[in-house]
Amino acid sequence: MTLWFVFALMTVAAIFAVLWPLGRGARAENQGSEVAVYKDQLAEIERDLAAGLIAAPEAEAARVEISRRLLAAAASEPVSEPKSSLRWRRAAAVLALVGLPLVAIGVYMPLGSPLLRDFPLAQRERGSGSGMAQSLENLVVQVEQHLEKNPTDGRGWNVLAPVLERLGRFDDAVRAYRSSITYNGESAERRADLGEAIAAAANGVVTAEAKTEFERAQALNADDPKANYFLGLAAEQDGRKDDAANIWRALLAKAPADAPWRPLVQTSLARVGGGGATMPALSDETIAASKDMNAGDRNAMVRGMVERLATRLKQNGDDVEGWLRLVRAYLVMGDRDKAVGASSDARQAVANDAARLKQLNEGLKTLGLDG
Amino acid sequence: MIAEAGHYALVLALALALIQSIVPLIGARLNDAALMNVARSTALAQLLFVGASFIALVTLHVNSDFSVANVYENSHSMKPLIYKITGVWGNHEGSMLLWVSILALFGGLVAAFGNNLPLSLRAHVLAVQAWIASAFYLFILMTSNPFLRIANPPIEGRDLNPVLQDIGLAVHPPMLYLGYVGFSISFSFAIAALLEGRIDAAWARWVRPWTLVAWIFLTLGIAMGSYWAYYELGWGGWWFWDPVENASLMPWLAGTALLHSALVMEKRNALKVWTILLSILTFSLSLLGTFLVRSGVITSVHAFATDPTRGVFILLILCLFIGGSLSLFAGRATSLKQGGLFAPISREGALVLNNLLLSVACAVVLFGTLYPLAMEALDLKISVGAPFYNLTFAPLFALLLLAVPFGPMMAWKRGDLLGVTQRLLAAGVAGLVAVAIVWGWVSGGSTLAPLAIGLGIFVIAGAVTDIVERTGLVRLPFATVLHRARGLPRSAWGTAFAHAGLGVALIGIVCETTWNSEYIATMKQNDVAHVAGYDLKLDGLFSRQGPNFREMIAEFNVSRDGEAISVMTPSKRSFTTRGSSTTEAALLSRGASQLYVSLGDATAEGAIAVRIYHKPLVLMIWWGPVLMAFGGMLSLSDRRLRVGAPKPARAKQRLQPAE
Repeated sequence: MTLWFVFALMTVAAIFAVLWPLGRGARAENQGSEVAVYKDQLAEIERDLAAGLIAAPEAEAARVEISRRLLAAAASEPVSEPKSSLRWRRAAAVLALVGLPLVAIGVYMPLGSPLLRDFPLAQRERGSGSGMAQSLENLVVQVEQHLEKNPTDGRGWNVLAPVLERLGRFDDAVRAYRSSITYNGESAERRADLGEAIAAAANGVVTAEAKTEFERAQALNADDPKANYFLGLAAEQDGRKDDAANIWRALLAKAPADAPWRPLVQTSLARVGGGGATMPALSDETIAASKDMNAGDRNAMVRGMVERLATRLKQNGDDVEGWLRLVRAYLVMGDRDKAVGASSDARQAVANDAARLKQLNEGLKTLGLDG
Repeated sequence: MIAEAGHYALVLALALALIQSIVPLIGARLNDAALMNVARSTALAQLLFVGASFIALVTLHVNSDFSVANVYENSHSMKPLIYKITGVWGNHEGSMLLWVSILALFGGLVAAFGNNLPLSLRAHVLAVQAWIASAFYLFILMTSNPFLRIANPPIEGRDLNPVLQDIGLAVHPPMLYLGYVGFSISFSFAIAALLEGRIDAAWARWVRPWTLVAWIFLTLGIAMGSYWAYYELGWGGWWFWDPVENASLMPWLAGTALLHSALVMEKRNALKVWTILLSILTFSLSLLGTFLVRSGVITSVHAFATDPTRGVFILLILCLFIGGSLSLFAGRATSLKQGGLFAPISREGALVLNNLLLSVACAVVLFGTLYPLAMEALDLKISVGAPFYNLTFAPLFALLLLAVPFGPMMAWKRGDLLGVTQRLLAAGVAGLVAVAIVWGWVSGGSTLAPLAIGLGIFVIAGAVTDIVERTGLVRLPFATVLHRARGLPRSAWGTAFAHAGLGVALIGIVCETTWNSEYIATMKQNDVAHVAGYDLKLDGLFSRQGPNFREMIAEFNVSRDGEAISVMTPSKRSFTTRGSSTTEAALLSRGASQLYVSLGDATAEGAIAVRIYHKPLVLMIWWGPVLMAFGGMLSLSDRRLRVGAPKPARAKQRLQPAE
């Protein structure tokens, strides 16, 4: 409410600024003129003459010239009889009283957010965060500030890194894992976590950088499940499906029966066609969700996923793997025209990058879509 | 509430500006004093509201209110207070708000102190000011609103670009804007004169102080910006001929020409039309500068954000004002009466030559700035750099400097070139002696360098000669000289200082570019670098935690001939929030020369890349402009130039300029 009161006061002040001169009668206003300037110049000549800066004849010449101009100016000085036109003054007053508030409201309302309170730092630190997400972020910020001042606190980095990853701040998570390794020392888990964060930052692609980390992790602990899983994924993404299947089979063979990640690896293995029983290439949750569906709904779900993939690729066409997956999906759905269309789109998208283009062409060849 | 009140104040300023751009013009047409006086009160109210809006934004930045998008994007709660304040204009939206605030300030000054202006002229001037203001208020509100809010405010801001987290940001943009925007006054006066169809010697008298104020600020702003680039960017360069610098140099060149032509107009009632045109061009170039910097046409540290709608909007404003004013000029200029004849060899002639050279130099810079942009639009990448300007701009300026000492010594109307040359003989000899000494003393470098230094000395000696001549230092007894020196108008002293400043800057530029020496290497602890007779020993590398950055400091012990002089501590700061780093160069001034150390990347083995420069007489580059600005201030303080303090006792009807 106070805000509207302040707005009203400000508006009144602005209107007053327009009305004030209108209300004052047409008093004889003081104003400058040409004549004053020339008189001033004449005096300046006298002063220069007195100071000996110019000689008498020069001064005389200048005086004559300025006097001539002075006379001309005095003669042409407009005998301004200030008039007062009440009609126009009233119009100006109406403009101020009606037009000004209208313009102000008309411009402000679409732009402003009069309902939002201020939110200065002091108030925020009193802990007026709204809801869980807010306070989690608040905590993260506090930990980050703490680490900024004490960057050698390894435990802090250890705590922070997974949280950052969950919040989707992958680049920061990568940095945090790196710091954790620097100050806590190496371990297979940390290397594998770092690799996972790097891959996550690259939209799930196991980049060469990520792969290096997984290889380091594997060197530290040959049985590290995360490192092995991702190395398999790297092989799959490189198109070496058999290698991927081998890695994952070995991983499953060594895994304890109740390992929580077993289903994930099994699904992945099935995807590369090495799992014996054919399993759909979907995550557990998706499968669980699709179990309760009839065939039509399931189809719709699959189509929805394919559409999402297609839109993502439209925005970012660098992802060769993604293109291949899309083409494959269209082929599986029996939509050969769309598959051909997608493959030509893909060629266009990566046309500037010889390495990617080569990878794409090879991939398409294996799918039976040539040239 | 602060945010919304500030926002609303800005909207009210727009509404007031709209009224101010119409009502006074109607008043002037009807010769109605009350309607014309609306201009005055609305201009003052506008200043009040824009000022309130600006203060609101500053408060929001200081309070770290991240519910305001502008604060969130450019501030950080741990930033030191000074950068929280300067960060207000360290971004596009805030800097535009500063721009209009200064515009409103100038409008308010005309309204408050323009008592001695004819009523209708004041009404016209303020109306034109309001046109400019309205356009920019609309621009800010529609495309670059600093008061937009975020419904769910983030906890922490994204911090200000680290390069801008420097004391330079507190000084450089406000100065530069005072200069840029200050020229809007002479623009408004020019348009007002064209609208009224009346222009006289008195007009120039009123315009000149305003132009001078703008020119002083612009001079200092450019010099400050150049010094900032010099110490912050870490390469030791102080002028890069990049479009943003050119954008500030062009109004300066045109403004300098305007300053001189306004002089002719005031004293001799000549060059009226040319002065009007220069006023229009100077402000147009200021607008062009704003467009180049703010539209994202070029990328640099100044182009904070690129947004096509902004570019189009500013381009529209640009076309409207430049096109409109030039067509008005074309239509109306012929109706202005000409006056004041003079011989080619005269003070007026010298000032015309000055204007000619400055305009051509300005055109050269304009070409060099726009040509690459035009080529880029055609997908051709070319860059116009120092070689181009050395070939074009430098000779023009050399010619100009050669003529500078002659100007003030010429008589008005018809001068005696031979006589002036004789009187400048001593200065010429001083210049030649300087050439000979430099030639004999140093080896290497360009053969042109000693000549350029000689030219600089000639300009300085010429300025001294002028003062000596006027006071009669050699001919007359000392007491008379003192008396005459005191009686000398301050504008004469101002001229001498400003002209000498040119020479000083020239000497600095030539010495720095010709004889600077550099040493680039990777240094380990206890390594010693030898540069220009100085020994710099790297004592070690340290880390330190700043308020919102970590910095790595290298400590150098500087000695010369085994004698310890000082310790230099260049550093590299890394800012986590933006994930970027800055180099903080260490400077050691020895007289006008400087040692300059900046750090590169550290290698794994604990060594660090180091750039060390010795820059002879480099400080003179900035002393020159400071001297020029000082001359400008002297000239401004000259009573005969002042806009006029009223003397009510003597004149009831009319206020007269101070006598």
